[in-house]
Amino acid sequence: MLRSPSGVIGLIILLLAISVAVFGPMLFPNSPWRMVQRPFLPPFTLATVPLGTDALGRDVFAGMIFGARVSLLVGMVSTLVALVVGVPIGAMAGYFGGRVDDALMRFTEFFQTIPSFALAIVLVAILQPSIYSIVASIAVVSWPPVARLVRGEVLSLRTREYVQAAVVTGQSNTWIILREILPNTLSPVIVLASLMVATAILLESSLAFLGLGDPNLISWGYMVGAGRTVIRQAWWITVFPGVAILISVLGLNLIGEGLNDALNPRLSREGR
Amino acid sequence: MLSFVAQRVVKGVIVLLAIVVLNFFLIRLAPGDPAVVMAGEAGAGDQIFVQQLREKFGLDKPLPEQLFIYVKGVVTLDLGFSFRQQAPVSKLILERLPATLLLTLTAFAISLMLGVLFGTFAARFAGTWLDTAITIFALIFYAMPIFWVALMGILLFSVTMDWLPSFGYETVGANLTGLAHVVDVAKHLIMPAMTLGLFFMATYTRMTRASMLEVKRLDFVKTARAKGLSDAVIQRRHVLRNALLPVVTLAGVHSGTLIGGAVITETVFAWPGIGRLMYDALLQRDYNLLLGVFVICSAMVLTFNLITDLVYRLVDPRIEFTT
Repeated sequence: MLRSPSGVIGLIILLLAISVAVFGPMLFPNSPWRMVQRPFLPPFTLATVPLGTDALGRDVFAGMIFGARVSLLVGMVSTLVALVVGVPIGAMAGYFGGRVDDALMRFTEFFQTIPSFALAIVLVAILQPSIYSIVASIAVVSWPPVARLVRGEVLSLRTREYVQAAVVTGQSNTWIILREILPNTLSPVIVLASLMVATAILLESSLAFLGLGDPNLISWGYMVGAGRTVIRQAWWITVFPGVAILISVLGLNLIGEGLNDALNPRLSREGR
Repeated sequence: MLSFVAQRVVKGVIVLLAIVVLNFFLIRLAPGDPAVVMAGEAGAGDQIFVQQLREKFGLDKPLPEQLFIYVKGVVTLDLGFSFRQQAPVSKLILERLPATLLLTLTAFAISLMLGVLFGTFAARFAGTWLDTAITIFALIFYAMPIFWVALMGILLFSVTMDWLPSFGYETVGANLTGLAHVVDVAKHLIMPAMTLGLFFMATYTRMTRASMLEVKRLDFVKTARAKGLSDAVIQRRHVLRNALLPVVTLAGVHSGTLIGGAVITETVFAWPGIGRLMYDALLQRDYNLLLGVFVICSAMVLTFNLITDLVYRLVDPRIEFTT
């Protein structure tokens, strides 16, 4: 992965974003909700408020730093939950085949047909916006591709000789799936997961933009949404958080691509 | 062919019914009495309303019976009543549907045409600066949230340059007719459609590029070259046609995302479609309307999937019309 330039750039961006999310609030303890200056202070005028203030005189820079926490956390946790749901379903469908496979795949297809963003909106609205309902909704709409990917991998792995050998030696199904099969599906799942974190960040920001963010946590999408009505007077309130989303998502996509190149070297050479 | 279509339609209807059932349970997930929730939280539902609702939906009856009443309503296109807007949900949606179809279909056409065009260029000139430039642009557009693209579009083309209107479907109070009206609507359509289209354009560009490079090294392309066909013919008739297959599949998969993007785009540009309606329902916590829009969105996605399935078989005659 370190040999592909896009992967390296992506990794640098991600590490930067993570360190901002982890250490930023310690270095800039200003609350993003507190009024620090006059409203609509343009960026680059005061060193203490480098990116200006919003309509209520709140520090845009502080919002960006605290927002990084929410975006990355929601992105990663919801992806993790989606993996926890999708991997077992895919593994069972692929391993047991037959009726189990049919039933599980119909179930997966059903979830894949439902317009995901619309479902996420409905779920968050009904469960009331909070960090938990947001994570849950994003996970609910993003697990099907995981299940399908894992199923495909398991389907091809289960006929391999070493798996047959494990069956012959009388290992239990659970043991075979967990110890023999799943570790070998890891690399495509990791690639997919990195892209899913990116999608989850986009989803979270879109929900927050529509006013479905956690009311107690500042996030990039919320900031853009709040700045929307005053875009004619104050461009910076919407521009900077959007750039933050763009860079983080770009970084994760680049990592996904770098990982893909590293794990499928045949395809990557053809592409260049 | 006909039996294939029939089979797919039946399958689609079953999925839609399942979504309706899901909807039924979703409204019961909301905290509080479903009747009160349906009436819209505070204010809209007084005691008599709530009691009427309870009787109409049989909320005092056992759950399976409630489900039956609900499904029967949806099948007869009765999606309930929006007490906030004082109108039947199905009427509200039908009024808004044409605007959404205009927006999504325009965006879809733009994204597919430009995406395939750019992807073909990138593959044709793989490894050159043109390829690199297209790839980088596609990567960036792919990472931009739609609402932000919309706002940046407004900032650039409405606020700074004053070229395009920043909101609405037509100029309010202008009362234009004929061609002037069409031009007016088109002007309002450009930015929302481009905003919604850009993200998908990026996806199709990447897909077309990758897929063309993949097809290019297959044996039948070598054969075509050996036969002495011109490069343009090979690219168009042999490579592009085969490379389009995964792009069509992707377009089907993306129809749901397209609808989701429309909610955002319509919200930002005040485009009077069902996406905007969904946002209004969201702001007012009008769950009945919200879930009604959700069912219609799902129906649209299913229809779109059916169409892409058919197109897929037309593009690739090797696939037979069986399920």
